[in-house]
Amino acid sequence: MLKIEGLDVSYGAAQVLRGVSLTAQAGQITCLMGRNGAGKTTLMKAIMGLLPPGAGSIALEGTLLSDLPPHEVPKQGVGYIPQGRRLFGELTVAQNIEIGLMTRGGDAALREELLEIFPRLRERLGQRADTLSGGEQQMLATARALALRPKLLLLDEPTEGLQPSMIEVIRQVVLTMRDRGVAVLLVEQRVDAVLDMADRVFVIEMGANRDEMDRATLRADPGRLRAHLGV
Amino acid sequence: MTARYYWGLHLGLIALLFAGHFVLPAYQHGNVARIMVLAVYAMGYNIAFGYTGLLSLGHAMFFGAGMYGMGLLSYHFDAGALPAMAAGIVAGVVLSLVVGLLALRTAGVSFMIVTLMFSQALAMTLVYFRDITRGDEGFVIPSATRRLWGMDLSDEAHRYLIAWALFSVVLIFTLWLVRHRWGRVFVALRENEERASLLGYDAFRTKLGALVISGTISALSGAAYALLFGYAGATFAGVQYSIFPLLWVLLGGAGTVLGPFVGALFMFYLIDLSSGVTDAYMLIAGVALVLLTLFLPHGLVGEVKRRLWRDLP
Repeated sequence: MLKIEGLDVSYGAAQVLRGVSLTAQAGQITCLMGRNGAGKTTLMKAIMGLLPPGAGSIALEGTLLSDLPPHEVPKQGVGYIPQGRRLFGELTVAQNIEIGLMTRGGDAALREELLEIFPRLRERLGQRADTLSGGEQQMLATARALALRPKLLLLDEPTEGLQPSMIEVIRQVVLTMRDRGVAVLLVEQRVDAVLDMADRVFVIEMGANRDEMDRATLRADPGRLRAHLGV
Repeated sequence: MTARYYWGLHLGLIALLFAGHFVLPAYQHGNVARIMVLAVYAMGYNIAFGYTGLLSLGHAMFFGAGMYGMGLLSYHFDAGALPAMAAGIVAGVVLSLVVGLLALRTAGVSFMIVTLMFSQALAMTLVYFRDITRGDEGFVIPSATRRLWGMDLSDEAHRYLIAWALFSVVLIFTLWLVRHRWGRVFVALRENEERASLLGYDAFRTKLGALVISGTISALSGAAYALLFGYAGATFAGVQYSIFPLLWVLLGGAGTVLGPFVGALFMFYLIDLSSGVTDAYMLIAGVALVLLTLFLPHGLVGEVKRRLWRDLP
């Protein structure tokens, strides 16, 4: 599904990613872990075309995403929920969802499906997005990304700052997407959540691959993951 | 509030202005006709600035393109009102497309400067080719060409009704546009261009579309101004006429459909009334504008939207 090979990314003269390689498979949750400043968000932005690679490639089902401008990447079926949600605050909940639906021809049935996943949003359809609580904003950001009918879903610390009930809602959505065959690439700092959900974990450090673990390894030796993060 | 309320509000304003045709004294009748045409210009500007976040300092080039596109065809070729108006609109479409293709490669302050430079270039071109444009003096549109469907547009009653019809059509179009999905994408771009791109929207093409719509409405206003008031002059393509719509929109409320009209109305009468009191009327106008900016930073309609009616379009 997603295949990243030898990726270098720089901000001007500062190289942030150094030869990063990673894969994410359909129907699996792939977690990306690393300390602050390791380059996780940079990698997400590079996948979305916001940062051009200096070397290496990013391919989704054989299509080179790294050759596409940012607005073409979602049309390939990539949904991205960035850190901090970044909603369109002046638009209503309904309009935010509609903006997502329009890109890949989503219809009323998909809209209804999204509102079934997030019933709280149905009660807030006419409300401006900037008046929602943090948890509701995360639901809306997630719904808007799902409106793209993603084959690959990128989530950058989706549970940061949320209360436990909201974290559970997001967890269920991630699991549902996996069960529907979506490839999920999740940046997550909470080790317990990763141990619970991940099918595969990539650890990056100082912008380079440090370790890779499959589910069996994670179960057998959870301390290995904790050691990387110093927790 | 439901759609019924805001449609009622906007249609109510249109009805009120129509009633004005029958009740306004002659002097105010002429003023309001002029304000409606200028408000169309401001509504065009608002699509670029208020809804899409494109702060242009050169919109007078589009107003001027419409005015001269219309005026030159009338003046040199005795073209009728409709083909001359069409020429003005086409001039606006072409100019906004060309300027957009070049200027939208920049953003922020650079975009402001580039649009200002393009506008100044057009204004200087109009002055330079004085054999065709009559330079600084401008020219009067021949009265024989100022006729539309049997109406003499130098007649005040006809002028008011045409200005009202134009204002009404553009107001309803703007209301439709900003409620349409395109309008929502414009707002999405203004709010967060990167995020809109990551949902699959080509920011450049969308902004170009907004600028062409904005420039075309501005040109329509310029063409109508020449047709209804019978004069075309290089002043209308100068920097002052690029600042005016920005002020009207800021005073009325950027990103509101009614804001441009309210801002144009307010500023027109502020200057009109203060000039009757003192020669230093620009000082009074300036102080009033500073106070308004300080205490109502979102503009008159913008404050209503912020405090009372948050989903007012």
